[in-house]
Amino acid sequence: MSLKIVVLAKQVPDTRNVGKDAMTAEGTVNRAALPAIFNPEDLNALEQALRIKEQHPGSTVGILTMGPPRAGEIIRQGLYRGADTGWLLTDRKFAGADTLATSYALAQAVKKIGDVDIILGGRQAIDGDTAQVGPQVAQKLGLNQVTYAEEVLKIEDGKATIRRHIDGGVETVEAPLPVLITVNGSAAPARPCNVKLVMKYKYATCPMERTGEEPWKELFDERPYLTLNQWSVADVDGDEVQCGLSGSPTKVKSVQNIVFQAKESKTLTGTDEDIDGLMKELLDEKIIG
Amino acid sequence: MNNVFVYCEIEGTTVVEVAQELLTKGRKLANDLGVELHAIAVGAGIKGKVEEQILPYGVDKLFVFDDEKLFPYTSAPHTDILVSLFKEEQPQVCLMGATVIGRDLGPRVSSSLTSGLTADCTQLEIGSYDDKKAGKHYDKLLYQIRPAFGGNIVATIVNPDHRPQMATVRSGVMQKALYEGKAKGEVVYPEVAKYVNELSYVVKVLDRHVEAAKHNLKGAPIVVAGGYGVGSKEGFDLLFQLAKELHGEVGASRAAVDAGWVDHDRQIGQTGVTVHPKVYIALGISGQIQHIAGMQDSGIIISVNNDPDAPINQIADYVIHGTVEEVVPKMIKYYKQHSK
Repeated sequence: MSLKIVVLAKQVPDTRNVGKDAMTAEGTVNRAALPAIFNPEDLNALEQALRIKEQHPGSTVGILTMGPPRAGEIIRQGLYRGADTGWLLTDRKFAGADTLATSYALAQAVKKIGDVDIILGGRQAIDGDTAQVGPQVAQKLGLNQVTYAEEVLKIEDGKATIRRHIDGGVETVEAPLPVLITVNGSAAPARPCNVKLVMKYKYATCPMERTGEEPWKELFDERPYLTLNQWSVADVDGDEVQCGLSGSPTKVKSVQNIVFQAKESKTLTGTDEDIDGLMKELLDEKIIG
Repeated sequence: MNNVFVYCEIEGTTVVEVAQELLTKGRKLANDLGVELHAIAVGAGIKGKVEEQILPYGVDKLFVFDDEKLFPYTSAPHTDILVSLFKEEQPQVCLMGATVIGRDLGPRVSSSLTSGLTADCTQLEIGSYDDKKAGKHYDKLLYQIRPAFGGNIVATIVNPDHRPQMATVRSGVMQKALYEGKAKGEVVYPEVAKYVNELSYVVKVLDRHVEAAKHNLKGAPIVVAGGYGVGSKEGFDLLFQLAKELHGEVGASRAAVDAGWVDHDRQIGQTGVTVHPKVYIALGISGQIQHIAGMQDSGIIISVNNDPDAPINQIADYVIHGTVEEVVPKMIKYYKQHSK
């Protein structure tokens, strides 16, 4: 059975280890200074997609991402690992989208791609941390959804058998295709980039990423696979009202930066004297014991 | 019409704790808004078993949907029930736990109703909002307050125009309390077949293993938490010893869990458990913001670290410059000595 697989992936700022360089003098995060990466759990989703492709010869894996032109890098990262194609949904009209407006745009794109058997995505992105887009895309497409997947065990007779995490345990479920699956960060890590594929696809770009001055621009005509699919709202028959800020029921009222509030603290060493004194104090003040 | 609804997640016939925490909060919000608190329970064999776990939290009306096909949870049937019920009842607010189920169900329901959903809220309040662009003023909206950007910012989200305003909240963030006042306590048992499309029972659960919690980290008054500085799985043995002496529980930072030194269910932080102990002893924890989010409301914080610049030291009441191997045995020794 050959399967058409789409992986939903997002380019995100690396919020995981905010180092001193990314902090401003006031102790807040300078978002612009954070490097842009492939959302970690989307890489886990990509790995599951590539494994399914290997089990089902003739299958294809495509990366669908919504973002500014530089998000084309996400498609390249997918191609370097074995994906076959990709689509960049990019349009200023998508700006300001909350999860609902984002899932509307992605669902329109999936409809345009057509005949998709399996959609895989990471459970959540490390900037919004909502885990909402996957299920919302599934609902908009009328698809079954299986979230918190650890492993897609098999695809047989038009059904996917999936091992997933539940609160306090694990579960194995069987869902008919087509299905949308969100994958945990604890699932199998993504394989590394393949050197041959990197050499093949390193100049693959969306038209909007190009300056027109690239020394290798002749290759674009010779090798069509170097031109990535780029879609606007109109290309996916999108209703502008449902995209971007106007399509977002949730609005941000205010944002506060977290600043560490320094506290008055007692500093001690690890000597017997100091620890002895500490335990005695905690006991005397009935803080412990 | 226009009430506050709480979806009460059920494991077998037990209402999960986060649902009771949200009923408590829901009751306060309903009082602020001058409306009723309604609850929804969906499961199998729950009639007669869940009412007493829900009503005492101040519920005015409880809708119980009981059918053997409704447990274990699968997305479509529970979504159908909430969507159909909400179209009838038109709630203004819907809360559910930010559990595996809540984060599977919430978005599917909100997408069906084209309503707004904010996940993992750490605070919920009622307030007003001005949309300057549209020149509109809104009163009595639900402020959905949550961390974002990996926990580096806190955002206040509102849904001015779409209903219901939906929010999910993690276990342990809110406190549960039985309601002292009077509530109607009405219970109804709608006919499940009228609310669920028969075709929705399409995902099959082949196998399921749930283990009872081995510990109660969430409610522990004393937490002994270890981070990357503990160094190894064996290093955590010392922490278990100390926790035993102090009658506390052992927790961990994400780094220690990812390193495989301790079970995932002991992880404290944004993607783990939120704790509010009297005493929090952080051993070899640097204090990434995602970790702090899970323990910042602790009473007394003691940090043992050999990095004087560890961010957690900023919020600690006692900062001990030393290694875990050096300090913990001494803590055990002197605690034993002085507590005789």
